Amino acid sequence: MPARKPKLAVWKFTSCDGCQLSLLDCEDDLLAIADRFEIAVFLEATRHRARGPYDVSVLEGSVSTPHEVERVRDIRRQSKFLIALGACATAGGIQALRNFRDVRGFLDLVYARPDHIDTLPTSTPMADHVPVDFELRGCPPSGKQIVEVLGAYLAGRKPVVPGHSQCVECKVAGTVCVMVNGGIPCMGPVTQAGCGNLCPSRGRGCYGCFGPMETPNAPSLAAWFGRLGQDSRDILRLFRNYNPETAAFRAESERHG
Amino acid sequence: MDAAAVFERTELGRLVAILAADGYRVIGPTRRGTAIVYGDIAGDADFAIGLIDEQEGGTYRLREVDDPRVFNATAGQTSCRQYLFAPRQRLWSAERTGTGFRLAEDSAGAEPPLAFIGVRACDLAAVGVQDRVFGGHYPDPRYMMRRRRALIVAVACARAGNTCFCASMGGGPEVGPGHDLALTELVDGGRHVFVAETGSERGALLLARLDPRPATGAEIAAARAQTEAVKGRMGREMVAGGPEAIRANPEHPRWHEVAGRCLTCTNCTLVCPTCFCSTAEDVADLGNARTERWQRWDSCFTLDFSYIHGGSVRKTAASRYRQWITHKLSTWWDQFGMSGCVGCGRCIAWCPVGIDITEEARAIRDSQ
Repeated sequence: MPARKPKLAVWKFTSCDGCQLSLLDCEDDLLAIADRFEIAVFLEATRHRARGPYDVSVLEGSVSTPHEVERVRDIRRQSKFLIALGACATAGGIQALRNFRDVRGFLDLVYARPDHIDTLPTSTPMADHVPVDFELRGCPPSGKQIVEVLGAYLAGRKPVVPGHSQCVECKVAGTVCVMVNGGIPCMGPVTQAGCGNLCPSRGRGCYGCFGPMETPNAPSLAAWFGRLGQDSRDILRLFRNYNPETAAFRAESERHG
Repeated sequence: MDAAAVFERTELGRLVAILAADGYRVIGPTRRGTAIVYGDIAGDADFAIGLIDEQEGGTYRLREVDDPRVFNATAGQTSCRQYLFAPRQRLWSAERTGTGFRLAEDSAGAEPPLAFIGVRACDLAAVGVQDRVFGGHYPDPRYMMRRRRALIVAVACARAGNTCFCASMGGGPEVGPGHDLALTELVDGGRHVFVAETGSERGALLLARLDPRPATGAEIAAARAQTEAVKGRMGREMVAGGPEAIRANPEHPRWHEVAGRCLTCTNCTLVCPTCFCSTAEDVADLGNARTERWQRWDSCFTLDFSYIHGGSVRKTAASRYRQWITHKLSTWWDQFGMSGCVGCGRCIAWCPVGIDITEEARAIRDSQ
């Protein structure tokens, strides 16, 4: 064990803070995390703020302003290991829906003085701007996987974060398939596992919060959605949700737009 | 069936009670939401009575029927597999002790023994396949422990589903070896009985506690006729020569056609009652004092499954689908001296996009 605790910094970009809260919700493991890391920056938990450089930086949110482009580069320069946490940081998040529209139009509609707003036309993941050492998916990510990634970092091993479909979690949990059994359109077959089988185990179709699985076949699933009675608009919305900017989901949504 | 006995429908609840009193965890077909699954049975009311399943590629629905039969549904999503070959189980754990570490191995010995009631012929055949796999050169101690202690009451099907093809795979509908008791449910007017045959000493002792009487010739004939009739009602068929054609055509264009539909989601393999692949996951605590090794179901449809140094061997969906179906229908014979498919049809119904193993085999055979 190293004499000095690694310094951990948690940073917020364009986001709802849910990913940081997922980390804060790791109640049983929080003391162990605080014991093994020096918490240098974590605004959801403490006002204390230590200077860099940092051993591990965890980035929440997407890049949506010119200022954030500068900030992420600065944090990268100060961080040895950089983790993008959650759908926004790994895929641009739900706010990447702006990428399909004219943001200028929104600004004029929403703000009395749109000229005060300095924003980018797109919301993009961290990896579009800096090299990222590990991406942990989810909207929000699973606390269990967050602890696994931090534990794997400490042990110097690869984290157990499989890229297979959500269907594996359903079958391992014994959840009866909501699509085969209930005719409910479910993104599970094209979505990466990891959430803990949240929606299907409660009779809902998967919303695709964890983004595309390792080898997604979106056109085949979309064709089946059509057979289940979903029209083009429904299918577009299923793929244009929390991870609309990922290659597989973007391409499929555009086929129905 | 010469030494068959008969017991009344009303004795079934007592069978459950006897097994529970003997310390078994009783498992049978029960309703969960809008499906019938293998689940815990505490009493007669837990059986899925008055329901039948309607299945097609990618579709499973229940329908209420005015029929007193207890065992009227065909194969559902689950089988004996998740009880005997647990989806996720800890293999061992290790704790740091000063300069070394201490290992503790997990065994299945502390679990209550399993008693399955209502196991279909195909599912019993599948248990036989997994017995061969897990009991071979390198026996799996957890599977073997559960299997040795398990009691199986099989029931011959009175109806076949749209996705059933056991008759063409030899997996049914007659109940094969491996059971302790084999039942045929007969409903005729006001009469509702089970014709029972014993498959083991344990089964014979159990049957004797159910107040049985010897079966009449007419009852034996009726039971045989019922099972025979099911053969003709299979919704699917594995074509003769299908497995050979698959093996002989590794470069067939059909593999690319099916890959266009295949989601590589793993469902076919995880609902298959004979698939046996697993992976190991290490879980360590943040304090670096304890680590655990867990076994989890895996599938030949994941990239990790064929990952070796430098990458995955089977990158394309075509190569993964071909691997699965070729192994299941053909090379399983080379490995285990039997077919890996029993004809239960689960992979057809629970494929989210309805890919049909019998259709793929037929397409390749017919194109030769």
